[in-house]
Amino acid sequence: MELSADYLREKLQRDLEADHVVVEDTTLNRCATSFRVLVVSAKFEGKPLLQRHRLVNECLAEELPHIHAFEQKTLTPEQWTRELQK
Amino acid sequence: MSASLSRAAAALLRWGRGAVGGGGGGGLPGVGVRAASSGGQAEQLDALVKKDKVVVFLKGTPEQPQCGFSNAVVQILRLHGVRDYAAYNVLDDPELRQGIKDYSNWPTIPQVYLNGEFVGGCDILLQMHQNGDLVEELKKLGIRSALIDEKNQDSK
Repeated sequence: MELSADYLREKLQRDLEADHVVVEDTTLNRCATSFRVLVVSAKFEGKPLLQRHRLVNECLAEELPHIHAFEQKTLTPEQWTRELQK
Repeated sequence: MSASLSRAAAALLRWGRGAVGGGGGGGLPGVGVRAASSGGQAEQLDALVKKDKVVVFLKGTPEQPQCGFSNAVVQILRLHGVRDYAAYNVLDDPELRQGIKDYSNWPTIPQVYLNGEFVGGCDILLQMHQNGDLVEELKKLGIRSALIDEKNQDSK
């Protein structure tokens, strides 16, 4: 099982049919394997935050036990467009 | 900044919950130790998260958070003037640390519970704080966020 930013990014993109995924390795800030992810997916539409985060957690169910710190931001395509316009 | 933090810390110590840092660690005596089966522990945790309106599981204590994400939760609650909450330090109790993750099916600490319901971790609390949802959720619990008063002051 791999724990690279690229691997996580591909897995998230595939499983969540994401429009856009950014995975940052934040290990240096946290002293142990850590990541920050941004996922933009239509699958989040109509779902409250907790549900969205759980989708991401489920996608990375195998990897998360080996990750020390995990931050996530989950946006729908519409929310992402609005963010870009800011 | 430090003056108001020490006031907040003093306030937390005053209600003498024992669960919050203070004398002898913030871990929960008996939660992990007594539960022989996972069923027993789930029930204990269920009772724990329902005992208070606002319950958080942290690494460290509100006066001394041991993790940036746990600290963020503490600071957000402080900003909203939420002083009366139960805080449990998972670093003092490895069974609690794992148990609460199993209970909520959520892989990380900190964990925030409002009215007995799991709300999320630091990311979610932060977003709720930024988009106004936290003020609303606190209102439902009969807690008036300090930020409402601040906002009103600004607009006068």
